[in-house]
Amino acid sequence: MREYYHDRIVALSTRLMAPFIQIFALYVIFHGHYSPGGGFQGGALLAASFLLMRLSIGTDAAQLQFRRSWGTPGSSIGTLIFLGIGMFGLLFGAGYLDYAGIPIGLTAPDLRSLGILVVEIGVAVAVAATLTAIYDDLVGDQPEDHHPGLEHDATATEEADQVESPAAASRQDPGATDE
Amino acid sequence: MRRIALAALIAFAGLILYGVSHLPARGGADSPPNTRVSAAGTPNAAAYYVENAYKDAATPNMVTVTLADYRSFDTLGETVVIFAAGLACALILRRERR
Repeated sequence: MREYYHDRIVALSTRLMAPFIQIFALYVIFHGHYSPGGGFQGGALLAASFLLMRLSIGTDAAQLQFRRSWGTPGSSIGTLIFLGIGMFGLLFGAGYLDYAGIPIGLTAPDLRSLGILVVEIGVAVAVAATLTAIYDDLVGDQPEDHHPGLEHDATATEEADQVESPAAASRQDPGATDE
Repeated sequence: MRRIALAALIAFAGLILYGVSHLPARGGADSPPNTRVSAAGTPNAAAYYVENAYKDAATPNMVTVTLADYRSFDTLGETVVIFAAGLACALILRRERR
């Protein structure tokens, strides 16, 4: 097993900081109507908190917060929220992305305000998931350190244990752990 | 070679600063974003946004209104660009674990 150096102080302080960064990210997203901010900035902050945990305690322990497999679906869902709210306007006879045409009993300015909020949420989801996914893809599959309770790691760890030195083997031959 | 590069850098910086010095004053009443009619004689979109952003979308931040309502197609494109970047990274770099 490859040993990771997990500094306790770094792990604890980033664990303390990450929720506050996420709260601030939500504030930036939802307060974008009144102050500078919005989907892109808030999504980047969310991704920053995810990456902070990945960098400090390792990608595998950070799976509990944001799984590796959520990246691509998350970015797709975020983009589809944006595309979908545009289609809603088209569906009810207004133009594409004209939120005022959706008949749910609000005045046109309020509908536009609501539409902007939905769009910002979609953008934030897409940006946060995409940035995290890009980091995960760049880092790739590290040799796993064992975290009980994360089932998806179990098989990979067992297979890696059969190789004598999984860290060195996977570094020389990227396909070794896949067999 | 370094000196030539440095001289070129300074020359370009001077050129850009010269160009910037001729921009209209920020917030000036006769600067293009604040006039109702553009130089071509057509109605100016920026003045409309500034005047009607709150009336149209009930949102005090007119940057947000412009970004997500008036120019939402542009924002949609940006989101798709981010999505495409993530997709390209996944297609090129991701290895499936078995």
